[in-house]
Amino acid sequence: MTDWIRKSAAELVDALTAGEVTSLELTRASLDRIGAVDGPDGLHAFLHVDTEGALAQAAASDERRAAGRTLSDLDGVPIAVKDVLATAGLPTTCGSKILQGWVPPYDATVVRKLKEAGLPILGKTNMDEFAMGSSTEHSAYGPTRNPWALDRIPGGSGGGSAAAVASFQAPLALGTDTGGSIRQPGAVTGTVGVKPTYGGVSRYGLVALANSLDQVGPVTRTVLDSALLHDLIGGHDPRDSTSIPEPFGSFAEAARTGAEADLSGLKVGVIRELRGEGWQPGVLARFDEAVEAMVGAGAEVVEVSCPHFVHAMAAYYLILPAEASSNLAKFDAMRYGLRVLPDGIEAPSAEEVMRATRDAGFGDEVKRRIILGTYALSSGYYDAYYGQAQKVRTLISRDFAAAFEQVDVLVSPTAPTTAFKLGEKLDDPLAMYLNDLATIPSNLSGTPSISVPSGLADEDGLPAGLQILAPALADDRCYRVGAAVEALLVKRWGGPLLDRAPDLTASMGVQS
Amino acid sequence: MSTAGNTEALISYAETLERYDPAMGLEVHVELSTVTKMFCGCPTEFGADPNSQVCPTCLGLPGAMPVVNEKAVEGAIRIGLALNCQIAEWCRFARKNYFYPDMPKNFQTSQYDEPIAFNGWMDVAIEGPDGTPETFRVEIERAHMEEDTGKTLHVGGASGRIHGADYSLVDYNRAGIPLIEIVTKPILGAGERAPEIAKAYVAQLRALIVALGVSDARMDQGSIRADVNLSLAPRGTGVLGTRTETKNVNSLRSVERAVRYEMQRQGAILDSGATVLQETRHWHEDTGITTSGREKSDAEDYRYFPEPDLVPLAPAPEWVEALRATLPENPTAKRARLQADWGFSDLEMRDTVGAGALGLVEQTVATGTAPQAARKWWLTELARRANEAEVELDELGVTPEQVAQVQALVDAGTLNDKLARQVFDGLLAGEGTPEEIVAARGLAIVSDDGALSAAVDAAIAANPEVADKIRDGKVAAAGALIGDVMKQMRGQADAARVRELILERLT
Repeated sequence: MTDWIRKSAAELVDALTAGEVTSLELTRASLDRIGAVDGPDGLHAFLHVDTEGALAQAAASDERRAAGRTLSDLDGVPIAVKDVLATAGLPTTCGSKILQGWVPPYDATVVRKLKEAGLPILGKTNMDEFAMGSSTEHSAYGPTRNPWALDRIPGGSGGGSAAAVASFQAPLALGTDTGGSIRQPGAVTGTVGVKPTYGGVSRYGLVALANSLDQVGPVTRTVLDSALLHDLIGGHDPRDSTSIPEPFGSFAEAARTGAEADLSGLKVGVIRELRGEGWQPGVLARFDEAVEAMVGAGAEVVEVSCPHFVHAMAAYYLILPAEASSNLAKFDAMRYGLRVLPDGIEAPSAEEVMRATRDAGFGDEVKRRIILGTYALSSGYYDAYYGQAQKVRTLISRDFAAAFEQVDVLVSPTAPTTAFKLGEKLDDPLAMYLNDLATIPSNLSGTPSISVPSGLADEDGLPAGLQILAPALADDRCYRVGAAVEALLVKRWGGPLLDRAPDLTASMGVQS
Repeated sequence: MSTAGNTEALISYAETLERYDPAMGLEVHVELSTVTKMFCGCPTEFGADPNSQVCPTCLGLPGAMPVVNEKAVEGAIRIGLALNCQIAEWCRFARKNYFYPDMPKNFQTSQYDEPIAFNGWMDVAIEGPDGTPETFRVEIERAHMEEDTGKTLHVGGASGRIHGADYSLVDYNRAGIPLIEIVTKPILGAGERAPEIAKAYVAQLRALIVALGVSDARMDQGSIRADVNLSLAPRGTGVLGTRTETKNVNSLRSVERAVRYEMQRQGAILDSGATVLQETRHWHEDTGITTSGREKSDAEDYRYFPEPDLVPLAPAPEWVEALRATLPENPTAKRARLQADWGFSDLEMRDTVGAGALGLVEQTVATGTAPQAARKWWLTELARRANEAEVELDELGVTPEQVAQVQALVDAGTLNDKLARQVFDGLLAGEGTPEEIVAARGLAIVSDDGALSAAVDAAIAANPEVADKIRDGKVAAAGALIGDVMKQMRGQADAARVRELILERLT
């Protein structure tokens, strides 16, 4: 019997088209896998599984296909959605207690597009509370585990989506990336993640962490699958004023071209500032090998300096908390979500209920960033903090612009290390923040970036990622070069990296 | 919190002016009458069921995003142009952060240091000492766009305020309705005329808004709201003192009264050697005083920053120029034109303007009423009623359309002037349209000979001496009999027909 859960979405499209399998079978296989390996005591990639809804959507997809009226190529391929995206009729908690039980009355634009394209939605995936974190340990509902090593973090904030895809619970997932929340989990779980050009995918219905940095993007096991999903969710949305009106070309086509692994004529810049002290040798070794493979495929590689990247982290941790502190003000117990009445106060005022609710409903990391952001925006400090951070942001964009005058794409390791142990950095926010060192610059500049697996680090045998950064609107380059690197490395490995991941059903003592 | 406030000392207005110069700043919020809200597609209709005109965006649901209403931007630009402002080539929205239950997002999307319109002026028409027209130039600092908040209703308790209330209800229908806030630069040198100028400014601004057609401009419904900033400087020094901000002064008369009151109150404080507290104050329409509002200390820092969910606005110069071409004519030129069209004397025109009736007469005439008839109703009957009710003429609650309908009934012979006054009573009591009131109150003139003949016969029988005089040729004596008939008919008789019937019988 075919092991459908291990197939890529592109392969599933072919199988569905050929009538080898039905959407109902695929969706059931995913739900069975979720039942086998997930749950709070398992990987805990999902916060909510919509068995009934997914099966109904799958059945409807099969009916459409039988009638010759499929809605899209991906019609019938199941998908998981990060819990930060509003889903009508399905709980949306953002990994926070403060939204426990909230069921949105509307769909995020990307979710609407999934539904209109006929993809059964399996459920909502775990995440750091309001997408604040790099380990998914800040989820109010408990962490997600890394399928490569159950005592390790799956990255964050989108650890749930990455783990779901890496553990074959879903062929596709949606993530959101504010400073690396798609790419860093991709790197540490051996999967592919894309942060599109800012404005390339609608943010309507994405519960904002930092509006000027957030983007929705694909989380998949192959570059082509990401491209297929990106083609589906991308494009202008009149409900999101920051979405780009001009159409993009086909990313799937770019990925298919790239898979031919011919990089002749491509100029690649290695970012000097994104390596060195604090970078795990095994991560750097896999990165260097991948770059050599690119050279072998005809690429010209040069070293490029982006001198202001060293300030990216500081700027990011002013801009993000500033925007977040304002975004999160709406959680006030007045209209939805948690409502906590303060102890010992008879007939509390609205303000007292707000205070008690926010105290009980937000986790420590969220509170930390609200305080930071409130401070950074305060009168008398605004220019020194928020204002300066915006200037740094401009300088980083200029670094990118200067670099892209010399090269077509930039590359770096996606994250400085492989997955660390659960709990290891929980009490050290600065160490946690450093995970996003390499991913933050493209959020600050609004440029696209993809993370592809680069191999396993020698020290711990855990996955590392290679990041490909392109100029704004040139997401197609990420797919073309990403698919080439993927093809070169898969050939070298003799198969996908995830084939080397441990057998979860064995380690968890469950039946395959 | 706030004390009743009516214990605060005042000095006389004359004393205030002897020792202090007032400085004013006026902030006027105008609710635009766009079909949809500022940042979403929800309707803006006034008086709909609570929370029936809401969506994820104006309710501030997680994930929802704003999109700018182009019609609102157009209204803002037209207001800016009409106030002789520069229009920004590039501007942004900003978030004004503070917590309040009627603000769905706990920030208001507004404009901060980059308003759509800035540096303008308005020449406010006032009357000189001898009644000659003068103007006083009010400089405009800015006009910017923002969204309205929801409306909180405090239930229970005596004051209708949050303190002492059993619970509060919030209606978010108003949340997200487009507002334009128009802020003056400090108005200096107004002296004793400060209250009058404040009122005239708001009145003229409102007339301008009406002429632009961008708002209903109903102060009684809150679609125009004024905040009055006031401070005093020791006379002749030009050193501005601490200001107070009196919120939601919601009638023209109140603008004038609030300025005067704050001048006298601050004068008393300064006279006593104390300092004026910088604070928000509430205006009390009923008692004509201001009282201390909430302390603003914790809400003072609004942590403004550019709204990241909206892209900057860059109105194309061609668009701005196209909008400039849609502006209503200059008020001075317009007044001259109307006076010529209507054939009013200088005195009649001045009285019309002075009574705040120019626009009302114009709108009445526009519906087909003779100018003199329109002037007569607004300046006599309705002006008297407005005066009694202590409201401005256009706040009385009678519309130009209604006046035109009443006059049409007079022209048709259905009503005489005396009956028309009763129709106005009915209009003010909310009894329906003029025709409905005529029907319901049975006000129509009786010209039916049957009913009139009986009354005439009765009048002749009751006044034999008068009847004899008429028979003797003293026709002028008929007036007494007509009066008797009118009395019997409770005024609802066609006097001319009564006279004919009397003369038919006696001559």
